[in-house]
Amino acid sequence: MSTPTPQAETRIHNIGYRDYDGPRLGRAYARRSLFSQSLRGAYGLGRSAKSKVLPMILFAVMCIPALVVVAVAVATKLKDLPLDYTRYAIFTQAVIGLYLASQAPQSVSRDLRFKTVPLYFSRPIERVDYVLAKYGAMAAALFILTASPLLILYIGSLLAKMDFADQTQGFAQGLVSVALLSLLFGGIGLVLAALTPRRGFGVAAVIAALTISYGAVSTLQAIAWSTDSLDAVPWLGLFSPITLIDGVQTAFLGATSSFPAEAGPGAGQGVVYLLVVLALVAGSYAVLMRRYRKVGL
Amino acid sequence: MIATESLSKRFPRVTALDRLSLDIGPGVTGLVGANGAGKSTMIKILLGLSPATEGRAEVLGLDVATSGPAIRERVGYMPEHDCLPPDVSATEFVVHMARMSGLPPTAARERTADTLRHVGLYEERYRPIGGYSTGMKQRVKLAQALVHDPKLVLLDEPTNGLDPVGRDEMLGLIRRVYTDFGISVLVTSHLLGELERTCDHVVVIDGGKLLRSSSTSDFTQLTTTLAVEVTDSDTHPDGTAALRKALTAAGVVLHARVEDGMPGAGHILLLEATGEETYDLVRDTVADLGLGLVRMEQRRHHIAEVFRPGPEAAATQPQEVRTR
Repeated sequence: MSTPTPQAETRIHNIGYRDYDGPRLGRAYARRSLFSQSLRGAYGLGRSAKSKVLPMILFAVMCIPALVVVAVAVATKLKDLPLDYTRYAIFTQAVIGLYLASQAPQSVSRDLRFKTVPLYFSRPIERVDYVLAKYGAMAAALFILTASPLLILYIGSLLAKMDFADQTQGFAQGLVSVALLSLLFGGIGLVLAALTPRRGFGVAAVIAALTISYGAVSTLQAIAWSTDSLDAVPWLGLFSPITLIDGVQTAFLGATSSFPAEAGPGAGQGVVYLLVVLALVAGSYAVLMRRYRKVGL
Repeated sequence: MIATESLSKRFPRVTALDRLSLDIGPGVTGLVGANGAGKSTMIKILLGLSPATEGRAEVLGLDVATSGPAIRERVGYMPEHDCLPPDVSATEFVVHMARMSGLPPTAARERTADTLRHVGLYEERYRPIGGYSTGMKQRVKLAQALVHDPKLVLLDEPTNGLDPVGRDEMLGLIRRVYTDFGISVLVTSHLLGELERTCDHVVVIDGGKLLRSSSTSDFTQLTTTLAVEVTDSDTHPDGTAALRKALTAAGVVLHARVEDGMPGAGHILLLEATGEETYDLVRDTVADLGLGLVRMEQRRHHIAEVFRPGPEAAATQPQEVRTR
């Protein structure tokens, strides 16, 4: 301390401001980045430890029944899986609903609530990029959630040396079904969540929309069945998301309907089901586009 | 940097911008106007996010109506309102925003570290933003506007909500954005005074109309009007008159007497300060006369004063300004 150190030995350089001359990758890159950030966020990756808990638990809950089924099938040398691929999502619909209710609001309400949206729109990306990235990420997250147990079932069925062609066909049908489900549920979840900047309202709205519609439809179907008006059962199924998916896969994907008396829609009604699903997906996209026209900056 | 030509924006009920023609060069430019004067509307149009009703505008030589995405890639924007999620750290947030501007992942991280350091955020940048002070949040907002090394940044009320020290720091930072980083700045405020010190050029709009566009040296001519108030003493029963006489003798240009209309207005002398010497002269003269100096301040002026055609008119009729 007493003797001054020579200046040459210790010196802090202020490198000052540096320009950026590197590449600017533009809109498509920004959209991809937003997609992957949102998809990772849907499983809590890149977020706090606390926000990883719920999605990871739900993911585990989704997969555990598949593991149990596989274990039983392998141990008892079953000839066929005790559970259809297409039936899995119907059985676990409560878990899917919970996942959607928890993750859709975190994906869109946060940006609305903290007014981060204008920061996106003051950059090269546009409204359509934002909506596509968020919708795509939500649907992809749901697909991972619903397709992973199917993959476990498929691998298990092959380990148990079940018929390869049979299992592959069932697995493919199951994948198409959960892909449709992911698009439909993702759209509905995001629309409801984007209506309010309050996360809690978003969660409640998604849960309410899924359970109330399903409760009402299955009650009415049960009444229709017990009053001998079986014709009405498939038409009633048009009014809730999960029964829509049930109807489509019964009509086109070789699934057994979970409607009362297995009175699923035939091919003709199936077309109506499919059109309604596609209309809801397109409608969700349109509503999201409209919503962000208002909040952009 | 920015050029507009009879730019108008009309909403069903209000006219936000009314045939505004501007030509803004490189440097720090202040856009001053009261709340609702059309500042934010102007920024939206310049970013290509809101079409103009009439007229045209160019930013960095690109037409806002057709080249919105290209403009937004080379322009930074700092909004007036809060825009930061509280549960992520400044680093994570700014990296994400850098990627949204098209920077590759590695470059995004490097630029984020650099930019946060330049705006004065160090160790705290790894903590969640929720725990930051208002001043730190403003710095993060500025950093996200600068992270992609734009040619121009649009800062909407960056000093809002800051205490006087924070305000000065932010203004100093804005000055550095141009002098050290070479990024031109358009900064809005409703306070003309704070922009005078920071900007090379000030544009004043009111009700969507251009009131005045001039370099800040024109404005500083106005501010060199000094208001001086002194006490009376036994030797000088009318201190103001005695000081007036003494200052006139010393060759200071005094403005007309402030008329009635405000309590104590008769005791205020308005004089022209030509430089540092004038302040010393006033102090010495007051001390020689044995009077008490109650105040000596630069005359603050309101945006409305800029209505006047030039500094001369404002200076020769100060009483009218005062009563506005």
